[in-house]
Amino acid sequence: MAERKIGDVILEVKNISLRFGGVKALTDISFDVREHEVRAIIGPNGAGKSSMLNCINGVYAPQEGSITFRGQTFSNMNSRQVAEMGFARTFQNLALFKGMSVLDNIMTGRNLRMKTNIFQQAIRWGAAEREETEQREFVEKIIDFLEIQAHRKTPVGRLPYGLQKRVDLGRALAMEPKVLLLDEPMAGMNVEEKQDMSRFILDVNDEFGTTIVLIEHDMSVVMDLSDRVVVLDYGKKIGDGTPDEVRANPDVISAYLGTSH
Amino acid sequence: MQTTFPRLMLDHAKQRPTAPALREKVYGIWQTTTWAELALLVRRIACGLHEAGMGRDDHVVVVGENRPRLYATMLAVQSLGAVPVPLYQDAATTEYVFPINNAEVRFAIVEDQEQVDKMIEVRESCPQLERLWYDDPRGLRNYSEPGLAALDALIDAGQAFDATHPGFFDAEVAKAQPQDVAAMFFTSGTTGNPKGVVHTHFTLLDRAGAGARFDKLGNTEEVLAYLPPAWIGQNIFSYAQWLACGYVVNCPESAETVTIDLKEIGPTYYFAPPRVFEGLLTSVMIRMEDAGSVKKWLFHTFMDVARRVGPALMDGKTVGAGDRLLYALGDKFVYGPLRNTLGFSRVRVAYTAGEAIGPDLFTFYRSIGINLKQLYGSTETAVFVCLQPDNEVKADTVGVPIEGVQIRVAENGEVMVKSAGLLKEYYKNPAATAEVLDADGWYHTGDAGFLDAGGHLKIIDRAKDVGRIIGGASDGAMFAPKYVENKLKFFPFIKEAVAFGDQREKVCAFVNIDFEAVGNWAEKRNLPYAGYTDLAAKPEVLELVRECVEKVNADLSADAMLAGSQISRFLVLHKELDADDGELTRTRKVRRGYIGEKYAVLVDALYGGRKEQFIETAVKFEDGRSGSVSATITIIDAKTYPVMKKAA
Repeated sequence: MAERKIGDVILEVKNISLRFGGVKALTDISFDVREHEVRAIIGPNGAGKSSMLNCINGVYAPQEGSITFRGQTFSNMNSRQVAEMGFARTFQNLALFKGMSVLDNIMTGRNLRMKTNIFQQAIRWGAAEREETEQREFVEKIIDFLEIQAHRKTPVGRLPYGLQKRVDLGRALAMEPKVLLLDEPMAGMNVEEKQDMSRFILDVNDEFGTTIVLIEHDMSVVMDLSDRVVVLDYGKKIGDGTPDEVRANPDVISAYLGTSH
Repeated sequence: MQTTFPRLMLDHAKQRPTAPALREKVYGIWQTTTWAELALLVRRIACGLHEAGMGRDDHVVVVGENRPRLYATMLAVQSLGAVPVPLYQDAATTEYVFPINNAEVRFAIVEDQEQVDKMIEVRESCPQLERLWYDDPRGLRNYSEPGLAALDALIDAGQAFDATHPGFFDAEVAKAQPQDVAAMFFTSGTTGNPKGVVHTHFTLLDRAGAGARFDKLGNTEEVLAYLPPAWIGQNIFSYAQWLACGYVVNCPESAETVTIDLKEIGPTYYFAPPRVFEGLLTSVMIRMEDAGSVKKWLFHTFMDVARRVGPALMDGKTVGAGDRLLYALGDKFVYGPLRNTLGFSRVRVAYTAGEAIGPDLFTFYRSIGINLKQLYGSTETAVFVCLQPDNEVKADTVGVPIEGVQIRVAENGEVMVKSAGLLKEYYKNPAATAEVLDADGWYHTGDAGFLDAGGHLKIIDRAKDVGRIIGGASDGAMFAPKYVENKLKFFPFIKEAVAFGDQREKVCAFVNIDFEAVGNWAEKRNLPYAGYTDLAAKPEVLELVRECVEKVNADLSADAMLAGSQISRFLVLHKELDADDGELTRTRKVRRGYIGEKYAVLVDALYGGRKEQFIETAVKFEDGRSGSVSATITIIDAKTYPVMKKAA
């Protein structure tokens, strides 16, 4: 097997602190993400993993610190602006449109790429029709990539959970993101589904060169997938390095397994 | 037919260049390859393969689903006078080693990353495997394996070669003679190593042509190619007959979309082993269970009419006017829509073969107006030996010998066949060849059977499996395990069965329940279960199976020849028999001997009169990991019936 090319740092998180009233969700977190790498954020429940992702994603505005993407520092940006910069994400508890087909759900991921307005789209003529055809082609490539051709027209709500997760990933991919944020992509899956999802994540990274930041608490999955791992505990960074380094880190071991006093 | 596969392809390209040859669904849209486009593609691949060093008589492995470019590759290989060897795409890595070494394969063309990974692993045991090409580049970009390249690169190289050597391809095609070897098929083999069945262009095309004339197939047929191309059945239907007739072969988008694709294409000529028909019927029945009461009533009422009237109509018999009217109504409300849902609206001829088909299943399809028929043949006979003519269809025979076939039944009951489509030989195995092909040109099928009064062939079992009961109440009676197992499997609740009894005093059996059907049955009775092993051990389920077994016994007792094969004791296995565990062949036939050895404790318990037996079995999961399942299995006694003797 070949080596993947990991590039320079494209995303830099510096001294982020996030508070909700008196609750410190994140304290002075810094780490970086290099181009094309799979970067994992792990930690026990309540460690601040999702909060961290939400900061990058523009859902939360941290009180302190800065996030720099390709030399451009952003603070106080909303989710749409972050999406336009090339970030896409999936959700821990699946925010799909249950009554819509797989195809339509993934199509919504192309929304930012559409230039025609709602009235043109309603008439579906001329430019709007051409645009839909183009977008549909891209969506079909994703459907093919994720091997969900058999479910193209099935309402998402009727699919098993593992497949819904795949549709969620498909919608994020439809945005052609530069950075893909995955919030617990394996949560609630059985072993086989986890393996499928791992393969898709690696394929996305390999095929599209997408940089991936993922949150996960299943250690074994993380260790196999990621190039580097950040470990959080109680909102603080307690480890950062390759899976092997992190595994050997005594702070990480005690956070996960507890310590004997 | 005095021609070869590549020549047929070129003829079609010349006569009907713009007619569709292949269709494949890509990104949700059916894409057509015309005969002219196909000819060009074959030409380039052939030139590319030549440049890569492929010579005449080289063997080339092709592994993958039905893909147009893999079909083109087989044609390209044949154009160069080399021999394509299709192998099963779902086989485990170790299963490839023997064929690849046996046939001294240096080149392989495979579908995708999954197959490439397997081939790279195979290389450790097959160092002569020099070059490897793949059709779908996904996930393979960063592979640096020596000799590995994309089919696209091969096509480009071929195009360049063709530009500088324009006469090369046609000269190569002209060299091939009908008597040359065209393809090699490895038989799955229930025991020992698989054998490479060698067929020439002539043997395959002779049978393909005879089959086509029997059913008057033309170049307007539509076929869906969804079974493994390594299986000669699929190869005959979607390759040999495709080229012989010039019809359209459609490749499904993926294995999961077959039912959707079937509906979209609406094939006119269809082929499936019984298990596919069974799966379709099961899905219909499950959906009917969930339907509203009006629909349910309509369905059941008109299905009764269909069962009564349909088969007779299908056989061209006269039916009363009232029944005809009812059937016409049923066709409007039920059968027509049902055929449409199944994708069978346009089916003119449908065949099933490979295994015995249950009479209920068979009649179901015929009664709703699908011309489902049976055929008899094997890899060695290039499929077509016996076929059922349109108006002479019976559930328990396999039809009449067709054009060019002679049939003889040997003294031991074995069916012997002579035709122009017989195999040339087993590759590098003269001993095995001599065993099946005698000096007078008769092929020993290994099947026990007889020709009935109407000249239809009836197959009972494999000749070598037909045994004798020794001792006990039915001493000396004939024991036909397959016949018994099939009778069991015809019940929707029973998925697999394995019968023992040769050289023993009575017949005992292992049963695998059908997880889906029995699971449904259990849910309806509010019977909770945790998984297969749990469900299989429920007393209610055992009782259900006992009823099935006793019905089989009652049925067997009516046949003086086979009454001794009634099942005295049985058990329901704690795990599903699986090809990955070596218990079934890749074509899902039970490997009785292997199972008997593997579960020797259970066999001993059956014959030793024990009431229950503990067993622990190692299993292999699809991802290659292994684990074990254990259970205490209850053994059940079944009622047997006295032979119904005819009055002397």
